[in-house]
Amino acid sequence: MEWLNAFIETYPVFLRGMLLTFQLTAVSVFIAIFIGLFFAFLKISNIKPLEWLADLYIFIVRGTPLVVQIFVFYFGLTSLDISQFWSVVLGLAFHNGAYIAEIFRGTIQSIDRGQMEAGRSLGMTNNLAYRRIILPQAMRRAMPPLGNQFIIALKDSSLASFIGMYELFNVATTYGSNNFDYMTYLLIVAVYYLILVLIFSILVRYIEKRMSISD
Amino acid sequence: MTQPVMVNVEKLNKSFGSLHVLKDIDITVKESDVVCLIGASGSGKSTLLRCLNFLELKDSGTITLEGEIVEASSIDLNKVREKVGMVFQHFHLFPHKTVLENIIEAPIHVKKIGKAQARKEGKELLAKVGLSDKEDVYPAKLSGGQKQRVAIARALAMKPDVMLFDEPTSALDPELVGEVLATMKQLAVEGMTMIVVTHEMGFAKEVADWVVYMHDGRIVEVGHPEHVFNNPKEQRTKDFLDSVL
Repeated sequence: MEWLNAFIETYPVFLRGMLLTFQLTAVSVFIAIFIGLFFAFLKISNIKPLEWLADLYIFIVRGTPLVVQIFVFYFGLTSLDISQFWSVVLGLAFHNGAYIAEIFRGTIQSIDRGQMEAGRSLGMTNNLAYRRIILPQAMRRAMPPLGNQFIIALKDSSLASFIGMYELFNVATTYGSNNFDYMTYLLIVAVYYLILVLIFSILVRYIEKRMSISD
Repeated sequence: MTQPVMVNVEKLNKSFGSLHVLKDIDITVKESDVVCLIGASGSGKSTLLRCLNFLELKDSGTITLEGEIVEASSIDLNKVREKVGMVFQHFHLFPHKTVLENIIEAPIHVKKIGKAQARKEGKELLAKVGLSDKEDVYPAKLSGGQKQRVAIARALAMKPDVMLFDEPTSALDPELVGEVLATMKQLAVEGMTMIVVTHEMGFAKEVADWVVYMHDGRIVEVGHPEHVFNNPKEQRTKDFLDSVL
């Protein structure tokens, strides 16, 4: 009962934290999709220096902890007068872009070679065939792993609390330390994360269904 | 009356690594000719067809299309491909587009004709291949034979001068082969220039103006289907025909 009381008492603050968590995730993943698309194309460009560039980017992201990336972006970008919010968003976008690049590379390469040949045999340029034939199919296949990546990004955004963003996790630890009771508030914040993930999973399933009318 | 030459191939060579798949191929196809390429798997007939469309790039030799020499690098390949329609063994319809969208995609985005006009022509083509009732259906809902007829309509939508068929019935259930061959026969009657890689000897006999037998990357025998099928000059042609007929 104590837990429920704490939950009810704190919900306005947690809801604000949830909104910020959602904003951080949504904006950064949105940007990461474009970063991912860009590097996916570098990787399949068949131009060695461009492939190396993409490999280097993915190597750096995969090889360093996200919290380090967030701090580097935070100290680097705030010194350029970029806001705390945007420095975290760009840090998360930089991070997720690498994973999304790999998702897109995989789904683009999974499209049957015959699709490109059919497009080319109809007189399409390489670019047109990518835009009209390959990418729409690759995007559809990318939806499940992208949804997965979004959920990972949602939970990873808790690291923004390290630089003082008052998102969900930070709300929980602040209440925890003020009340000398971490357990209660961590169990509360877990519920908020579960709700966010649940809403998002339903949304992804809906989009997948809409996109698969042709199958 | 001699017809103008549509496709001319001289001394065409193609290797995949150390595998020499086309050896000094010479072939001349005139307007309205229907040519069937026959031969065992691996004889190079599909590769020859794909070279004509530059889906495979030749190593040496010349390919002339309607009197113009075509090089992969020197001219706008896409313009050539607009004139040369291709039908694949595995259809390669665009699964994310409806039947009609499949057909009008290239006319709208490559030829830049208006959408209304493209739809009108697309519907006419669908009527021609007998699939008017399927225009809003996605390819996944079609049978193999219907898919291939849509693929033929899609290629025809670009108003090509030559149609290439790469084993168009090989992926079909036997009972669906007939509908596709009937569509092709109709095209032949209308005077379309066609180069067909096929294992359908009945079709070759009935529709082809002449037949090319390939073996091991070379053209072994060329002739009227009567002669090639009933009275082959070469022993290898005879052996092949004995094995398939």
